[in-house]
Amino acid sequence: MTTPLLSVSDLCVGFGRDPSKNEIVKGVSFDLAAGETLAIVGESGSGKSVTALSINRLVDFGGGRIIGGSIDFKRRDGSILDLAQAGEPVLEKIRGSEIGMIFQEPMTSLNPVLTIGTQIEESFRLHRGLTGRQATAAARDALDRVRIPDAARRLKYCPNQLSGGMLQRVMIATALACNPRLLIADEPTTALDVTVQAQIMALLGELKHETGMAMIFITHDIGLVAGIADKIMVMQAGEAVEQGQLDQVLDRPQHSYTRHLLSAVPHFESGRAARADFRREKAKPPALTVDGLTVRFKVSGGLLGRSPGSVHAVENVGFDLMPGETLAIVGESGSGKSTTARAILGLVRPTRGRFSAHGLTERAGSVADATDPATQMVFQNPYASLNPRLRIDSILAEPVIAAGGRITTETREKMKALLKRVGLPEDSLERYPHQFSGGQRQRLCIARALMLNPSVVVLDEAVSALDVSVQAKVLELLVDLQKEYGLAYLFVSHDMAVVERIAHRIAVLYAGQIVEIGDAASVLSNPQHSYTKRLISAVPSIDRRNQHFELDTRQVPSLVRPPGFEPPEPQWRDFGPDHRARAEA
Amino acid sequence: MSYLTRRLLTFPLVMLGVSILVFVTIRMVPGDAITAMLGTEAGLLTPAQRDALAGYFGIDQPILVQYWRWLAGVFQGDLGISVTYGRPVLGVILERFPLTLQLALMSMCVALLVGLPAGVFAATRNEKMSDLGVRIFAMIGQSTPNFVVGLLIIYALSAGFGILPVMGEFTPFFEDPLRNLGQMILPAITLGFAFAASVTRISRSAMLDVLSDDYVRTARSKGASKRSVIWRHALPNALIPVVTLSGVEFGYLLGGAVLVEQIYALPGLGRLVLDAILQRDYALVQGCVLFIAFNFMVVNLLVDLAYAALDPRIRLGEGG
Repeated sequence: MTTPLLSVSDLCVGFGRDPSKNEIVKGVSFDLAAGETLAIVGESGSGKSVTALSINRLVDFGGGRIIGGSIDFKRRDGSILDLAQAGEPVLEKIRGSEIGMIFQEPMTSLNPVLTIGTQIEESFRLHRGLTGRQATAAARDALDRVRIPDAARRLKYCPNQLSGGMLQRVMIATALACNPRLLIADEPTTALDVTVQAQIMALLGELKHETGMAMIFITHDIGLVAGIADKIMVMQAGEAVEQGQLDQVLDRPQHSYTRHLLSAVPHFESGRAARADFRREKAKPPALTVDGLTVRFKVSGGLLGRSPGSVHAVENVGFDLMPGETLAIVGESGSGKSTTARAILGLVRPTRGRFSAHGLTERAGSVADATDPATQMVFQNPYASLNPRLRIDSILAEPVIAAGGRITTETREKMKALLKRVGLPEDSLERYPHQFSGGQRQRLCIARALMLNPSVVVLDEAVSALDVSVQAKVLELLVDLQKEYGLAYLFVSHDMAVVERIAHRIAVLYAGQIVEIGDAASVLSNPQHSYTKRLISAVPSIDRRNQHFELDTRQVPSLVRPPGFEPPEPQWRDFGPDHRARAEA
Repeated sequence: MSYLTRRLLTFPLVMLGVSILVFVTIRMVPGDAITAMLGTEAGLLTPAQRDALAGYFGIDQPILVQYWRWLAGVFQGDLGISVTYGRPVLGVILERFPLTLQLALMSMCVALLVGLPAGVFAATRNEKMSDLGVRIFAMIGQSTPNFVVGLLIIYALSAGFGILPVMGEFTPFFEDPLRNLGQMILPAITLGFAFAASVTRISRSAMLDVLSDDYVRTARSKGASKRSVIWRHALPNALIPVVTLSGVEFGYLLGGAVLVEQIYALPGLGRLVLDAILQRDYALVQGCVLFIAFNFMVVNLLVDLAYAALDPRIRLGEGG
């Protein structure tokens, strides 16, 4: 057998002043042959990123030190080099030319003050010695290679002029500029929308095929790698608990943690896993009715200039939500799903539209009131949505005070009961947010939202920031609470697999408008609108192995409309008792 | 560009505000120009003579009329006549300004040449002994009043090396550059010392922030050398706070540096303003303050232009 491209054995990495006391990676070993793709899967803190960053030794700059083991890398000239022992000058020659890397956040991973052309050219200048026009031509070719249309013009763009998906392509173009033999991709699609994620995965698959490079793909989403990986390594607490061929690990997991991970990750099952525990009764009044909700933001004009128009963020959105029912609003970033949620809570002033919550407080769009106790919200980031200086009892008291109430013994009893109900110890009341984990904090946020006995809870990407196993537990809690208190949920999410687990009905938002709405099982299993179809086919799934994604370079349409523009009245077509989609031209 | 146009339009508004403010405040200070000018002899004037003098300088009119007359003059480039010098105010100011401008420019050069490399150096040696050294030095520089630094420099040079700063009548740069620089270098170092300390501290912390940014990691992953990472990728991103600080400090320096001018016997703007206030030379104080405010706004505008040059996000608008 020929020597592998990369052979890592017994790698140990530590951090801090005394690295051996603070080991993050504890004896990881694996081999990678040329052209092979290894997926490293694990939850946050498992050491997967540190392992990857140790290979090109970027870990040194983050305060890490390799304290044991070897990383044998077969260089282009056939010699074997132990990267764990290599000095910085040698490493600089290898980084970018033989080992490329792409990162999680394309928005922050490119230098904001340099044009993307300059940043791609840098690789050619460093490793190929190209300058001037030659370097520019090479950079243009590199952009062509990642299928960015109009490459010559885009070279002069700065990163803030491109979307996240485009920037990730630029990152890939940069990383692949010198045809590295190994590409390390650290959660390259986590920050992107699901349809864009599918694009990037497709591109990586194609480029891997074209160049025959090996790839290390780091992810927390075990479903995502099913489409691209040859081998999988599962990491937990700094150790590789299981590794093997893709099918073997996915179908016959040996280690309990792998099994746990596989069962915890919500797998998308095209509507088969949708909830069937709720039946709409026409006679009952809905908990929330939204009618003709429209939110527009005026685009500011130049000096003395007239406004070029408005961003039509949400356009004529309407639905009703019954007590005990979950309506999921899905769509990608910029589709208006969060704006819809915020407008309902009165955090954004709607241009038009009517809401009525629990049939009692009828209010027109112009008098939206954020302190209405009937609707409460849970936000995406549990780390940022709890004031770090307040104790938990003060945090839970906040909504009561905001609604004009007073803190009585009864309120405290309620706090204790709610904490217990969301699965937190009673002594939590005297603690501060930093003493809780991400999942626990989200439970606190849920308890806070329930303090006023709301009838509607708006959950804006409420589980997106959590690790998969924590995610599953929080979803379970939400379902239980819903049944217990008859809560109506408005669940805003981009994650179709999560939506399938919690939604009774789904509204698909595209460019500010609902394009399809209806029963969850029906929408997911039988999507009608072209956008819904694209969205659903882009969802990675453990069943879709070595899948070939279609490359699609369509841009999302601009939402800026000229002043006075009114969109035509939508035409709806019915596809079942509770399933309709917008007719397309 | 609309941002810049808007800035340019606020320009006259701010100037108007400043002029009203200074016009009113200086007249609220007890004492009057005639007493200040003539000293005890003012008591010898008959009321009629006093009125005649007041009429000559226009200070017998209601304050609104005075202000209006003065404002009308300003628009014609006439800032009034200085009571102390008996000459047009603008001429007096322009005579002093070159020295102040030169001093400010030289101090800023000292500050940036010393402060920027020191800050960058300290940031790359975070938490090591050399970093600590730079930080202590910067702390001393910031907390020591500049007249103390000035006196210490003069003392060290004269007592230690027998070199005396070039004294005597101030020579403008274009008359005798060498003699001029000999006179200006010590004041510039004195003023630049604290300025350099601030630049060091702010560039160090800005660099530390930037060096942990994602794009710096990206640059390293491309194989960029340490030098290229620091100077090409990190520094341009860290310059914005440095430019902000330098602009503010430079603006202050253009208002004159009273203590340092006093120590080195330099006829700059700072001493001019001080004397004008002590003499109740209304026209001169007004002229100086207006002139200083004008300079400050020009510097601010330059700072904004520098931002736009440094950062395309500002140039093109966020997400543009």
